[in-house]
Amino acid sequence: MDQQIYTLSLAPHTKNRQNLPVVMWLVVLSLLPSTVFAVYTFGMHVLLVILTAIFSACAAEYLFRLLLKRELTIFNGSAAITGLLLAMNLPPMVPLWIPAVGSVFGIIIAKELFGGLGHNIFNPALVGRAFLMASWPALMTTKWITFPNGTMFSSSFNAYSVLPQPALDALTGATPLAALKNVPALANSFNVHSQYNIYQTLFDISNFKALAIGNIGGCIGETSALLLLTGALLLLFTRIINWRIPFSYIATFALLIFAYYKLTGFFMPYHALVYHLLSGGLILGAFFMATDMVTSPVTGKGMLVFGAGCGLLTFAIRIWGGYPEGVSYSILLMNAAVPLIDKYCVPKIFGKRKQA
Amino acid sequence: MFNPSFKGGVHPPENKKLTEERSIENLSVPHTCFVPVQQHIGKPAIPVVQVGDYVQVGQLIAKADGFISSNIHASIPGKIASITNGPTPASASGLRIQIETHGNFASEKTPDKIEWDKLPPKDLLEKVFDAGIAGMGGASFPTHVKLSPPSNVKIDVLIINAAECEPYLTVDDALIKRSYKEIIEGIMITRTILGVKNVIIGVESNKKRSYKTIKEYLKKIGEKNIKIPMLKTKYPQGAEKQLIYSLTHRTVPSGGLPMEVGTVVQNIGTCFAIQQAVCYGTPLFERLVTVSGSLINKPGNYKIRIGTTIADIIRECGGLKEQPHKIVMGGPMCGQAVETTDIPIVKGTSGLLFLSKEESSAGRYANCIRCGRCVQACPINLLPFEIAANIEISRPECTERFSPLDCIQCGACSFICPSRRPVSHFVKVAQDYIRSKR
Repeated sequence: MDQQIYTLSLAPHTKNRQNLPVVMWLVVLSLLPSTVFAVYTFGMHVLLVILTAIFSACAAEYLFRLLLKRELTIFNGSAAITGLLLAMNLPPMVPLWIPAVGSVFGIIIAKELFGGLGHNIFNPALVGRAFLMASWPALMTTKWITFPNGTMFSSSFNAYSVLPQPALDALTGATPLAALKNVPALANSFNVHSQYNIYQTLFDISNFKALAIGNIGGCIGETSALLLLTGALLLLFTRIINWRIPFSYIATFALLIFAYYKLTGFFMPYHALVYHLLSGGLILGAFFMATDMVTSPVTGKGMLVFGAGCGLLTFAIRIWGGYPEGVSYSILLMNAAVPLIDKYCVPKIFGKRKQA
Repeated sequence: MFNPSFKGGVHPPENKKLTEERSIENLSVPHTCFVPVQQHIGKPAIPVVQVGDYVQVGQLIAKADGFISSNIHASIPGKIASITNGPTPASASGLRIQIETHGNFASEKTPDKIEWDKLPPKDLLEKVFDAGIAGMGGASFPTHVKLSPPSNVKIDVLIINAAECEPYLTVDDALIKRSYKEIIEGIMITRTILGVKNVIIGVESNKKRSYKTIKEYLKKIGEKNIKIPMLKTKYPQGAEKQLIYSLTHRTVPSGGLPMEVGTVVQNIGTCFAIQQAVCYGTPLFERLVTVSGSLINKPGNYKIRIGTTIADIIRECGGLKEQPHKIVMGGPMCGQAVETTDIPIVKGTSGLLFLSKEESSAGRYANCIRCGRCVQACPINLLPFEIAANIEISRPECTERFSPLDCIQCGACSFICPSRRPVSHFVKVAQDYIRSKR
């Protein structure tokens, strides 16, 4: 007779290897190319900003859970992601206390007070950023890096341009989206008789190249479209993110932007479309922040609706809003709508008859 | 890439390499067998032997009680040593008929094959009933019940389940490679009993050799009404309703049976057993079992007498490398963990796995992070995480609107969960709560 008692449990008796820490660290890995590139282009200060954000996020979570005598969860990597994503959404030259304050606010107010990972309604990194935006708007919108030679994009930039130097400087001092938004104001103040020349300068082929590669002004992690897409491919391939949210987000946004420029009779609608898609935080937001599992819908249909909502709001803010960029606010607003979306997007149960 | 399939599902590591290439071996006949009288849902059989009686192999030892019940036969020749309660797969203490080897095996000779095509379907069905055949895929529903649909139901397709979507298990695969002719004959018998013309065999794309073997044989004998499309390898492809959908695009209604959409599903092993029973009068007293897992010394596909205890099987398979963390009867996705090696195998035991701690799941789970993977994986389109969340905070009454009763307990949600939550376990709790209330 064998007296050994073996472990009992209900099936299944095997588990996917991709557990929570693996998921979280794969997300970090997928952001690594853009992060390294940002440090390379913007300099060592950016590295400090990133490390400060990650460290404060982890420390905030650790201390808070210690204080409340809850299970310590910092090693699952979710706090590190919050810190990293927040840093990627900051201008490169912000003072170091900015990422620290943002991370702590995001982790404690937006995540831990709701009950920790899994219970938060809003994306903690975006809440941190929104808080910083509201409290220190000047610091959050002026600490850009201006690239040398008085150009923000490339060294040959000046040769094509017929604009006066002060107008060029004004264009190059900020981010690509801010430049686009400033065109009418610039035309007025520098007496350029039509906006045509300014747009043509902006939509130069060298600028598109710079937008794809990322040697351009902008937040730390949002500049290089190609490297972000590389990371996104890793996440799609490992099935950590679902294609639905980024797809419907970007498709809705592209459709609306194109329709807008076409309908308003803009003379370079295709250029404007590509410019909008590549600049700002759209790619970072669509692939890495709107897809945050906790704060996005769970059903396939819900994901499509969520993405479409984000696209619509981003379009509205970029075109009619006060800010040049609207990705983070769109995602936050749509986060609030997730319970509603999930409620109305319940999939039909296999074989269930319609109830009268 | 575009093999027929269903919506949802997961891709667990197959782990079939351990036994995939092993042909079927006969396990030595054990000295003692414990044959449970209840081996599946329905009524337990009634013993027809007394302690001290001598029995031959294949002799009836317990008789079916009612319609949903099946006959049980002696699996070894010998003396009835006891009829007492003991551990069985179905319960910690179920009635078992203990047989001790006695006498000789000389009488075990194959009788001549009978020409079944001259018999009326009714006689064929009776032979299936007499042989005590029950589904060999795992759920082991009595086969004669499935083969006698009510007269007002029209069946037009017979589906043969050879998907074998559970990881580790390779019995169907091994059986096809060895006995494809007998299987096809069994399918033809089943078809005759049901009076249908069309048959579809479902094989997953990871069993290419078996697929080819059947396909070529069907071509050789010029059989056009048996089709064999290759299914996508995905779990739970072999779940009854999913298989029917993959092969015919018919949706079995919630809470309904396959016959409501004109189909009957039989496991491929069952077809083999039907052929043996009808052609040679051999009752079901042995079956094929994949013995596998990283901790068994000689994994393989073995022919084992029903009633052989796990302890005997371990001994015959070269012993264990170390103490397993879990012993599982069936496959790892919906098999049953057992607590002791005194449990005998039954008609529905398709696998016996000895799993290490690393191979099997256990331990702590974290918060739900609402990633929605359980929703994507659920073949029934439920919201498993919602049911689990309500059970976790002891509100089973709130789960009813998420229809936990539609869950087929395939375990895909628990498997895929990155927080390692036992989601399907929670759903089971919800099911039990709702059933108990009704």
